[in-house]
Amino acid sequence: MEQPNLSFIKELSGDDSEFEASILDIIKIEFPQEVELFKHNFQLENYDEAASNVHKIKHKIGLLGMQEGTTTATEFELALRNGNIELRDVFLEIIDKIDVYLSE
Amino acid sequence: MNCIIIDDDATARLIIKELCSKSEEVHVLEEFSSAIEAIKYLNTTEVDLVYLDIHMPTFSGFDFIKTLKKLPKIILTTSDKNLALKAFEYKGVVDYLVKPISKNRFQKSLEKLDALLSETESKTEGIVTYEFLYVNVDKRLVKLKISDIYLIEAKGDYINIKTKTKNYIVHSSLKKIQDKLPADSFFKVHRSFIINTSEIIDIEDNTVLIQKEVIPVSRSNKGELMKKLNLL
Repeated sequence: MEQPNLSFIKELSGDDSEFEASILDIIKIEFPQEVELFKHNFQLENYDEAASNVHKIKHKIGLLGMQEGTTTATEFELALRNGNIELRDVFLEIIDKIDVYLSE
Repeated sequence: MNCIIIDDDATARLIIKELCSKSEEVHVLEEFSSAIEAIKYLNTTEVDLVYLDIHMPTFSGFDFIKTLKKLPKIILTTSDKNLALKAFEYKGVVDYLVKPISKNRFQKSLEKLDALLSETESKTEGIVTYEFLYVNVDKRLVKLKISDIYLIEAKGDYINIKTKTKNYIVHSSLKKIQDKLPADSFFKVHRSFIINTSEIIDIEDNTVLIQKEVIPVSRSNKGELMKKLNLL
């Protein structure tokens, strides 16, 4: 089962641990804010806005090495724009994994 | 090449800035979290290249392009793979990077930009502007100002391009590089040396002094060198 990891970030940063730390610091700040916004819009059934939030979160899912997660997020984003919320639980599972990973 | 970054995602801006910092060709002047801030900046500052996010709140990347009067080159960035066709309908767009952007893909976009710039040069009324030269050094594309080059020396399968600040070892031949240099200021004085004639300090017998280097001039080339320099 796919888990968040630093493979992509490490490949990007090379040996630059300072850069690696900077990316992670920003992700730790932005990610919870973006998720909060997504949940808020989803609850209000603003699915178009929620889709835009998913679009943003998707980048961080990709940065944390989760390719399948990125695919799911893309599908969910498209589905939301059509008012389809079926993939919500799968998406939230991905978000929860990242939440746990970032808090470690 | 001067560039700016426009993206409401701080992580994306950081990554692009870092990738640019590792390239000698692109220098980041500023970064913006909104296209509107960037427009104000561009009203007073000219840039060569913009890394532009498509999906931004209120004012998208496409809105930004439509607003600009004078278009720099644009490399679009997005997490959406499906906008490529639409992206290239816009004038000025030279590439489309899907996030998260990898090092390799970023480098390829610079190579693509270089190829486009070279093509644009050769199409400009049949006149090639010899201001810059792009060379491949350690898998990176390095931009050199031609006027900074004072000497090129052949070293087997490689050439050593010497500029006032740095030397570059490139896998190429003197013949290939000579074709890219302006003939009125670069001259092959010897089978192993091409010199920038405007950098000659002194000529003595069959040698020229360039910067602090004494370079041999072959007998067969001496006459033409003298003629070129308009010497009696």
